[in-house]
Amino acid sequence: MASAAASDPVSRRPGIARTVLSADDITRIVSRMAHQILEKTSGGAGVVLLGVPTRGVPLAHRLAQRVQAVEGVDLPVGSLDPTMYRDDLRLRGVRPLEVTEIPDGGVDGRVVILVDDVLYSGRTVRAALDALAAYGRPRTVQLAVLVDRGHRELPIRADYVGKNMPTSRRESVAVRLREIDGADGVLIVSPEASPTGAAAGPGDRS
Amino acid sequence: MKRHLLSTEDLGRDDALLVLDTAERMARVAEASVRKLPTLRGRTVVNLFFEDSTRTRTSFEVAAKRLSADVINFSARGSSVSKGESLKDTAQTLEAMGADAVVCRHSASGAPHRLATWVRGSVVNAGDGTHEHPTQALLDAFTMRRRLGRVDGLAVTIVGDVLHSRVARSNVWLLATLGASVTVVAPPTLLPIGVSSWPVEVSYDLDAVLPKTDVVMMLRVQRERMSAAFFPTEREYSRRYGLDVDRAATLPEHALVMHPGPMVRGMEIASRVADSDRSTVVEQVANGVSVRMAVLYLLLGGSGEVS
Repeated sequence: MASAAASDPVSRRPGIARTVLSADDITRIVSRMAHQILEKTSGGAGVVLLGVPTRGVPLAHRLAQRVQAVEGVDLPVGSLDPTMYRDDLRLRGVRPLEVTEIPDGGVDGRVVILVDDVLYSGRTVRAALDALAAYGRPRTVQLAVLVDRGHRELPIRADYVGKNMPTSRRESVAVRLREIDGADGVLIVSPEASPTGAAAGPGDRS
Repeated sequence: MKRHLLSTEDLGRDDALLVLDTAERMARVAEASVRKLPTLRGRTVVNLFFEDSTRTRTSFEVAAKRLSADVINFSARGSSVSKGESLKDTAQTLEAMGADAVVCRHSASGAPHRLATWVRGSVVNAGDGTHEHPTQALLDAFTMRRRLGRVDGLAVTIVGDVLHSRVARSNVWLLATLGASVTVVAPPTLLPIGVSSWPVEVSYDLDAVLPKTDVVMMLRVQRERMSAAFFPTEREYSRRYGLDVDRAATLPEHALVMHPGPMVRGMEIASRVADSDRSTVVEQVANGVSVRMAVLYLLLGGSGEVS
């Protein structure tokens, strides 16, 4: 959800986009995060990766591939759609639902790592934690994000951060992944200096 | 998605597919260990049933409760409706109580359409007279898609009392929208006059149609709506238009047998056919909850503005 919320305004709103991470940068970052996950979880013991749709899912698969390449461990990968647990459903039109796919073996007693592309207000993660509780009781839940852009509205932090990216609330962060967008890259889009580029409303939080 | 769900005739292909896709996600919720979602917390759904219905009302009630909506059941019997209150006054009462959605079943065709002009909330047609029953058609299409992988290109045969059946009408429009080819089979007396304008083939010979059928949908003979003799005897009807074991054997291997319920075993469908592997009768009930969750979510899940 974070990615969809972050990328839609980009295509709608005119502005100046600058690339902050290239495809090679993303590859290196994902590789480093995979190592950090292995380090922190003693070789991935009991780990389940759950991507938050849309772009958290391919990221979760990429992390699993890197972990496989480094350590030869196959981590279960799934997806978790937090949409129906969001607290801002009434703030805009109805959101389409995404796929929730809990891997065989479930989440009970596991180390669940939620994977998302952008961490912003923290509300998506809060919703995802509630959604996760419907599927079982993990031993630990951790959070991995490609980009942390700040502006948290809830007491939530990530355990694995690809890139800390200070932004203004008026900017939007667009993560592009080849599985969905055809090419990799992270862009920051600033609104044009005109007064029409009003600050992003609460509906744009991810 | 529009604000109301009143018929499948004016339901576009994109909206219909959105309901089916959303229902697919809702069906997955049934697999979670906690089968309740907070999505519609604080919203009120009123079940306004002027006609008896256990199956549909319960299905809507379960769907709304799984989404954490508050459900008020309002049946005509034992309410002020039996004291002569008009539909409009009832609507205003519900309005004053703050209903976000009204699920309406009425014996008069078009009643939910009228209701929709009087209330601020969303209206879902749960069957009006002999007109439409859109959520039934949506759950039928959903069942076909889950079992056979698609609706587009399927040959669907609807058999029986088409004249009085709102299920048949809703299915005809929805299936046409989704790209299935529909054949209706019935005695001439149980076909409506306007059937030639429907997007269907008409046949009077069930045996000729069955071998080319992917899905056969049996309809109940609605005695309560019959004011005249539409066929000579039940036995003759059953012989010509009932799905017995021998007839069912002429269906292709993959073909499904559907029935919206309630079934009259031995009349339009033989017990052994209704209980066979190709029968989806029980599945249709489970799928009904998923589809109604999807409809309620799509109507009430957002800010109410058309996005």
